[in-house]
Amino acid sequence: MKGLRGIGNHVVGGVWRLGYATRFFLVTLLRSATSFRRFRGLTFREIYFAGVLSLIIIIVSGLFVGMVLALQGYETLQRYGSSEAVGTLVALSLVRELGPVVAALLFASRAGSAMTAEIGLMKATEQISAMEMMAVDPIARVIGPRFWGGVISMPLLAAIFSAMGVFGGYLIAVVLIGVDEGAFWSQMQNAVDFREDIVNGVIKSVVFGVAVTAISLFEGYDAPPTAEGVSRATTRTVVTSSLAILGLDFILTAFMFKGV
Amino acid sequence: MDRTVLDAWVGIFVVVGIAALFILALKVSNSGTTFSTGETYRITAEFDNIGGLKVRAPVKSSGVVVGRVSEIQFDSKKFVARVILTLDKRYEFPKDTSVSILTSGLLGEQYIGLEAGGDTAMLKDGDSLKLTQSAVVLEKLIGQFLYNKAAEGGTTK
Repeated sequence: MKGLRGIGNHVVGGVWRLGYATRFFLVTLLRSATSFRRFRGLTFREIYFAGVLSLIIIIVSGLFVGMVLALQGYETLQRYGSSEAVGTLVALSLVRELGPVVAALLFASRAGSAMTAEIGLMKATEQISAMEMMAVDPIARVIGPRFWGGVISMPLLAAIFSAMGVFGGYLIAVVLIGVDEGAFWSQMQNAVDFREDIVNGVIKSVVFGVAVTAISLFEGYDAPPTAEGVSRATTRTVVTSSLAILGLDFILTAFMFKGV
Repeated sequence: MDRTVLDAWVGIFVVVGIAALFILALKVSNSGTTFSTGETYRITAEFDNIGGLKVRAPVKSSGVVVGRVSEIQFDSKKFVARVILTLDKRYEFPKDTSVSILTSGLLGEQYIGLEAGGDTAMLKDGDSLKLTQSAVVLEKLIGQFLYNKAAEGGTTK
């Protein structure tokens, strides 16, 4: 009986929290005028923290992911005598899936967790209450710019990731293994379509950017104002956003590539 | 408002990100090499069987891509497949061009091959091609082969 009550409590609490999160998200959107009116003062700084500081990890991981894809792809493809198709393999898997997804996972653990910790700590040290006291809207002043900074940074990071991955694949396949360079690029260009593949990849990364930043900001805003609460919220950000990225990716892929 | 180091970094980030998008668009995808921006015309062809032909499959003549398959429909009156090809305006073909569904490599993707005829009149937008050759279906081919073998066996005995 007690266990049953516990389950019910969890479900009701979860739905309640989801509703609160949705309202938080909508309010952020409604009050985001400030982020654009004071774009250089507020949002620019957040693009720096979310985007520029994530550049190194995105570039390095993109390069390595592309290199591994090329090595593994070559290993399998050469058994069927079509090692030139390694360019197609690397480019399609990066542009369609790995670029947006892995970049978003890295973004969630690099920038998302930092956002949660920062806002959680602001709340714990009562900076947010102080702002409210001074009639400064914390959603417009603190949450909005971070949200838009993240949403703007994410597609750029995903594009950089994919481009670096293709370059890494080129390094391994053409420079190291010696696949014909012309065939590598031309087969890639034959198979990758601008609208079907690249634009869809960008759409994916925008959706992931919205999801990851919204989750990170909400977890920070909703964190209990203690050291333990902030640390738990940070963990939850990474777990929830990773799950959200993978789940959304499945749904988006099912919509985008069902006919192919 | 003064310029800061932060501005420079954000500027570099945005430039690199947009450059990456451009590289993906121009170097990795086929947007730079296809005719999708140029003028096109549409040709219809009817096939008994299109095999595994898909929309966006290339249309080639002498191995050069001259267009793409833009639509595949089923004609429920004549019970044939109607394939609509979008060809580049730069390439013109005679009216009696023959069209066949071919396979690149042994197990590769299927594409449409055009073979120019000798007619002096050229194809126009909305024309349909009469000389079509369906895709080779492996099961039918093997079935026919076995049937012929059996028939041979019957006559010699």
